[in-house]
Amino acid sequence: MRKAFAGVRALDGVELTVLPGEVHCVLGQNGAGKSTLIKTLSGVNQPDSGEILWNGESVSVADPVAAIQLGIATMYQELDVVDGLTVAENIFLGHEHARAGVTERRRSAKEAAALMARLGHPQISPSREVGSLSAANKQIVSMARALSHDAKLIVMDEPSAVLDSEEVKNLFRVVRELTAAGIAVIYISHRLEEIREIGDRITVIKDGRTMATNLPVATTPTAELITLMTGRAVENVFPPAPGVPAEAPVVLSVQGLGLAGVFSDVSFEVRAGEIVGLAGLVGSGRSEIVETLYGARKATAGTVEVDGRRLPPGSVRAGVHAGMGLSPEERKSQGLILDEPVYRNVTLASFGRWAKLGMLDERAERRVAREQLDALELRPADPDRPARTLSGGNQQKLLLARWLVHGTRILLLDEPTRGVDVGARAEIYALIRRLAEKGTAIVVISSEIDEVLGLSDRVLVVAEGRVIHTSNADDIDEHRVLDLVMKGTAA
Amino acid sequence: MSEQNSAATLAGPAPTGGQTPPDKTPSAIGRMLGGSAGRSLGLVIALLALFVVGTVTAGDRFASFENVLTIIRFASIIGVISIGMTFVITAGGIDLSVGSVMGLATVVATLSWVQDFATSTSWIVMVIVALAVGAGAGLINGIVIAYGNVVAFIATLAMLVAARGLAEVLANRTTQIVKEQGFLSAMRGDLIGVPILIWIFVVVVVAGWFLLNRTTFGRRTVAIGGNLEAARLAGIKVKRHIMYVYVLAGLTAGIAAVMMLARTTAGTSTHGTLYELDAIAAVVVGGTLLVGGRGTIMGTVLGVLIFSTLTNVFTQNNLSTSVQAIAKGAIIVAAVMLQQRLANRSRARKP
Repeated sequence: MRKAFAGVRALDGVELTVLPGEVHCVLGQNGAGKSTLIKTLSGVNQPDSGEILWNGESVSVADPVAAIQLGIATMYQELDVVDGLTVAENIFLGHEHARAGVTERRRSAKEAAALMARLGHPQISPSREVGSLSAANKQIVSMARALSHDAKLIVMDEPSAVLDSEEVKNLFRVVRELTAAGIAVIYISHRLEEIREIGDRITVIKDGRTMATNLPVATTPTAELITLMTGRAVENVFPPAPGVPAEAPVVLSVQGLGLAGVFSDVSFEVRAGEIVGLAGLVGSGRSEIVETLYGARKATAGTVEVDGRRLPPGSVRAGVHAGMGLSPEERKSQGLILDEPVYRNVTLASFGRWAKLGMLDERAERRVAREQLDALELRPADPDRPARTLSGGNQQKLLLARWLVHGTRILLLDEPTRGVDVGARAEIYALIRRLAEKGTAIVVISSEIDEVLGLSDRVLVVAEGRVIHTSNADDIDEHRVLDLVMKGTAA
Repeated sequence: MSEQNSAATLAGPAPTGGQTPPDKTPSAIGRMLGGSAGRSLGLVIALLALFVVGTVTAGDRFASFENVLTIIRFASIIGVISIGMTFVITAGGIDLSVGSVMGLATVVATLSWVQDFATSTSWIVMVIVALAVGAGAGLINGIVIAYGNVVAFIATLAMLVAARGLAEVLANRTTQIVKEQGFLSAMRGDLIGVPILIWIFVVVVVAGWFLLNRTTFGRRTVAIGGNLEAARLAGIKVKRHIMYVYVLAGLTAGIAAVMMLARTTAGTSTHGTLYELDAIAAVVVGGTLLVGGRGTIMGTVLGVLIFSTLTNVFTQNNLSTSVQAIAKGAIIVAAVMLQQRLANRSRARKP
């Protein structure tokens, strides 16, 4: 099995070879051309030049149906399952078992159950509605669909992005079973640790070109990979934490906060200039805690005080007014207005400030936005470009810019580096620390424990809707956090 | 692929004011074609084509100043409703009730006690009553949708049915003649050779354009339609604003009711039947996204004018209204397909 590409629009000479039964990892920063590569393989885009060799023969993948018929299945990052249909219906979507147009439900259910069992999830019933499944289980359904097509090659686009560490383990187990059966996997991810664990060989692409291909996973040093991806070496990812002076005032105080059925009795304080991290698994209640103290959800117990003044529960407006700003977990669906220009996204929380009698002052908005774009080194620094066209890292900076423009003193950052590539991450870490040094109180959530520990001054470990441990970030390590999380979840 | 951040991101954060890279801003023309003007270009061409067809087939009967005024006057009532509808659709909603709310407003404004009160005070009373009925119905829509969490399609469908029913009850299924002469002489007159109805349309269009493009109200409307959750989390009072948008739509239905009374000199519960569909068609043909987040007042105006010109061309050539309806349907589909193509092209042109 071999594929070669040259010169797709966003690609300019990409070459990689995939062998049966291997996990071939593709590494590259956001915008390196990974998505385009996937789309070309799955028949969504057509190459301008170059060719795809399949079992030694040159093939054209004219559309997604052609790709499926060849045996190439793709699992997109945004899971492409239909929430309103059942597991079995999703698996056989487009190639239903039917006689004279009438679906054979029993046969579908039986085969679906067999596929789920093969993927290690016999507990997922074929008749269950997919909308009621977790992201991880939806991914299993998506994978079962690929298998139902008798795929020889499965392309997985950042499959771990929606998963927590337990679920990632299961994903890896499934991937190993697939490869043992001779199925090839193209695995796309930012996370080097994952690639180390699951991959066989690595291809690095940058700016639409292959920088290196067929690197053995086991022996290629991380530093070399990062250098290939970014064009230069990365060191000291996390900025040093200078420590918070004892006299720094408490800005945010949360006492006994609870949301019925989700979390309860959460209490903590954040001082000016302090970064507090919330560590925990997906679904532990981390995001809900932050959303509730922000006012996006209405607390059923407890109080939130900013500068000693109590906020009414369930009012985002009051939170924002008091000086809080939230950068939500889902940047695209919760944070940005993708088709609106960058400057309007930057001023979304504060455009009224420059307005006179309800009339907008767009010139002032552009000017202020441009100042922030320059200060945060957001690229491209064009205030009129639609937010959609920015990379993940730059979209994250845009959200920070929104709250900086607003004069926010308490920043709540939910997964600030999700979908952000390695190089830009370091920059965002530095930016967050710089804001803290200027006196901003910051609460950070991340699924990546090393990120929470590296970035924060103080860490709260959350499990099952409770804060089970609080300590200085220096006094705890990744193993201890994981240990606490496991115990807390089991209890 | 738009990212160019590899070298820049690793250069290390500067405290303030980094270097701005050379902008890859599209040229002025590119920006215009990609922007609302470009999207409207197809509509202008379609409108011109209709004028050519009209002039060729009907000659001077079509291409006269009087006839152009007729076309615009014909467009004015639907046009005013469509401006309100543009706001609702831009905010991600829909209002199916505007036609019957307009009918209700004509009925209430012509009730005998209202007209008697107007005669004893001023004809303005009738105008105020019509506007209040429209805005009031819009307020109910807005409260039910924003605070009652009822889907806009259903809430306004209910209002469509209920307002029509209420109008029938109030008017007792009769046609109520406008007897208030002050109202008629004021609203049926001309101003510098142009009918008052057209002036009202023009004022509503200008006000609508300004409101959508130059005010915080318009910005909130676009933000909510573009991404409701993002707007909410940025501290915008989303529910209250959605309510206002429906009040605005109701208000334009009230204005349209005043215009209808002036044109027909009568109030009846059948006024405005199916106007909501004409308004939605004009808004969507004009280029406002049905899913919200992008609205264009100029596009809506062009959409309304295209439909009224089409009707005029058909009438001048003595073609039946049935054929007209078929042509209308075809135009809606053709226009939306053309726009999608233009939109895709302008998106593809961006790097």
